[in-house]
Amino acid sequence: MSEALLTVKNLSVDFHTARGTVHAVRNVSWSVSRGETLAILGESGSGKSVSANAIMNLLDSPPAEIVSGEILYDGKDLLKISQEEHRALNGKKIAMIFQDPLGHLNPVYSVGWQIVEMMTAHGRPHDLAHKRALELIARVGIPEPEKAMRKYPHQFSGGQRQRLMIAMALMLKPDILIADEPTTALDVTIQAEVLALLKELQAETDMALVLISHDLGVVAEIADRIVVMNEGEIVESGTVREVYHEAKHPYTRKLIAAAPGKGEIKIPNRSSPILLSVEKLSKSYHSFHALRDASFTVARAQSLAIVGESGSGKSTLARTLLRLETADSGHVYWKGKDLLTMSARELLGVRREIQMVFQDPTQSLNPRMSVYELIAEGWDIHKLMPARQERRARVIELLEQVGLIAEHIDRYPHQFSGGQRQRIAIARALALEPELIICDEAVSALDVSIQAQVIALLDSLRQRLGISFIFIAHDLGVVRDFADTVIVMKAGEIVEMGPTAQIFEAPREPYTKKLLASNLDPDPDVQAKRRAMGIYA
Amino acid sequence: MPATITQAPTTASETKGPNLISMLWRDKFAFVSVIILLLILVSALIGPALLGDAATQQNLRGRNFPPFSFERGWLFYLGGDALGRSMLARLIVAAQSTIAIAAGTVAAAMVVGTILGLIAGYMGKVVSQVIMRLADVIMSFPSLLIAVVVLYVLGPSIPNMILVLAITRVPIYLRTARAEVLEVRERMFVQAAIVMGATHSRIIVKHILPVIAPTILTIATLDFAFVMLAESSLSFLGIGVQPPDITWGLMVSQGRPYLSSAWWLAFWPGLMIVIAALSLNLLSNWLRVALDPTQRWRLEARRTKSV
Repeated sequence: MSEALLTVKNLSVDFHTARGTVHAVRNVSWSVSRGETLAILGESGSGKSVSANAIMNLLDSPPAEIVSGEILYDGKDLLKISQEEHRALNGKKIAMIFQDPLGHLNPVYSVGWQIVEMMTAHGRPHDLAHKRALELIARVGIPEPEKAMRKYPHQFSGGQRQRLMIAMALMLKPDILIADEPTTALDVTIQAEVLALLKELQAETDMALVLISHDLGVVAEIADRIVVMNEGEIVESGTVREVYHEAKHPYTRKLIAAAPGKGEIKIPNRSSPILLSVEKLSKSYHSFHALRDASFTVARAQSLAIVGESGSGKSTLARTLLRLETADSGHVYWKGKDLLTMSARELLGVRREIQMVFQDPTQSLNPRMSVYELIAEGWDIHKLMPARQERRARVIELLEQVGLIAEHIDRYPHQFSGGQRQRIAIARALALEPELIICDEAVSALDVSIQAQVIALLDSLRQRLGISFIFIAHDLGVVRDFADTVIVMKAGEIVEMGPTAQIFEAPREPYTKKLLASNLDPDPDVQAKRRAMGIYA
Repeated sequence: MPATITQAPTTASETKGPNLISMLWRDKFAFVSVIILLLILVSALIGPALLGDAATQQNLRGRNFPPFSFERGWLFYLGGDALGRSMLARLIVAAQSTIAIAAGTVAAAMVVGTILGLIAGYMGKVVSQVIMRLADVIMSFPSLLIAVVVLYVLGPSIPNMILVLAITRVPIYLRTARAEVLEVRERMFVQAAIVMGATHSRIIVKHILPVIAPTILTIATLDFAFVMLAESSLSFLGIGVQPPDITWGLMVSQGRPYLSSAWWLAFWPGLMIVIAALSLNLLSNWLRVALDPTQRWRLEARRTKSV
């Protein structure tokens, strides 16, 4: 290995908050050399982004305070240099890309202007900057670079915006590129493309890449070395292969074990009665067909997964069959009755039997209601269980059922972690004793280890209470673990439908194959094999 | 199971039921504000009965008597007005009409404006358009002009003034409430409530109103000072409060000609308006935090380090 280009030594950062001091990172040390990719892996709150922010001088102090340590680059300690020197380095020698490119591009300037500014801000002549911007926009694979320069951020797709961010970061040929969750907001097929692009560009320019991620698959795909962080400390480091196969720290082992997509595939039970039957359901917004002729059935205690990329119509499907949107045509039969033409009174009864768990519990739980009020609200609406004592007892029972405790009953949503909040949302859905629960990306926002717990919880509910699930997801690993039947959607249409084993092991449609191939496996050897087979080509 | 049931209410009293008094004590500004507001309220209630005579008794030899001397008794410590009446007594007596007009106006405008705003934001396009255009009509009319016309027709009295001022202030609440509702109703927890089968009225009252209430309350407290001054300009034109009734606003405008010779005539009532408005503002600031579960910890005693 060549000499380290950037070294972080014994970095400790505290955050002084009104509730006391938080040790965000403690004694963190890592280094990265030219041409190397280092991945910093960790779940939310592990402090994985803090050291990168310290390098870029992005930590606000207060509340942050760098307690000890040094960051060495080019013989200088980046923690000691002036703001002025930082500005000269940032962007020019060390560049950074972020998770949300839309949030980091200014909506009122054309992207060309913004990319060119990157160079002119560092004192380069405008015509030179313009030329290089054109080159790079073409290089990152944006069609019609001349035209693209004049467009505005909202006119590009998420993947294209991330490509533009990469182009912007590479304008001044930086030595180091820090990528903070660069593909988390992207669809799997786009993610695979962006990662491949990053790899190619790294090989061309011989820069060092520091990748911050929570996703084992992404890390296995792109990284050479890896440091695993937990609660502000590095618990494990080594090459990707070492860490995956010979993890020493229990946390790392737990993390690898929690990665979805390894369990037994479930077999649908054909004998159970049909609960929900959707026939030729269509919905369009003006001339855009969000959903076209979707037909499928859900049986009792069945778990049906709907997979597809963003814009494929999977959420529209759920919203339409719940009458949150009005369908253009088609029928939804719930126990033989058409849900779409039902009267308000009949619909109220069905609302009790079909519940929904949303993607982000932070938003789907009213922040001003306590856990008790949240869970008991359904009983108010449907005028069930009037006695308060009885209600409290039942709420406690429900909380215990989803793995929370009685003391949580009078707390508010913000006092819980993301995983716990999703459990509250599930308890709320269970309160009305539903027969079908629709989960719209219900575990996508959760960390892998918590994701695994929630999936296990849902599965036990399915088995014990015989609840059916419609499980909308983009993460194929989770789907493989949970569903017994899978529907694959693309551009508003169902392209393939079948038992999970069939979809995963013998997919028929090219789109399903592409989707499966883009799904990154946490095992670096599997990834390497796939790459050798040229599956992404 | 029975053990947990009996245990539950005790934990409830510990964690829930925020102790308002102790939370008020924690924010010293809000605490002082409450005391001041209570004093103003007490003077409004019993002031006219107690000092009504002193406030109207003229003494031409004590015209524009300067403040800060006990020479003519403690009632004249804040000076005397252009007709030799005690400033202190007049300030206390004026509290009643002032608070009645300001509170009445703000409360009426807030309630009507918020309800219309909720409807405009929640209902379909047509209803919303009708309500918003009506609001535009009110806003595009100079509010003083409406007031002059209406009060000329109806005759000047305190209820009529409340009516007129409230009408001119309604659009402010209406527009704010509507804008907030448009945002809040798209939030996930509202969708979640619809999926559970909640009725429209339940969604509006339980899910939307609590979220927009802090903004509305903050505007209301700011509006208090504005209404006091608007009332004074009406009184100045002779279509507002009629003497011998007095309000702080009227006292300010009556004192204006004497600003160069007897500053205290306009200064004391002006100061009262500022103090009242400021206290309300500080109180609403505290209320916003105290009513928000995610912010409340700022006002609670730190029982444990981590929540």
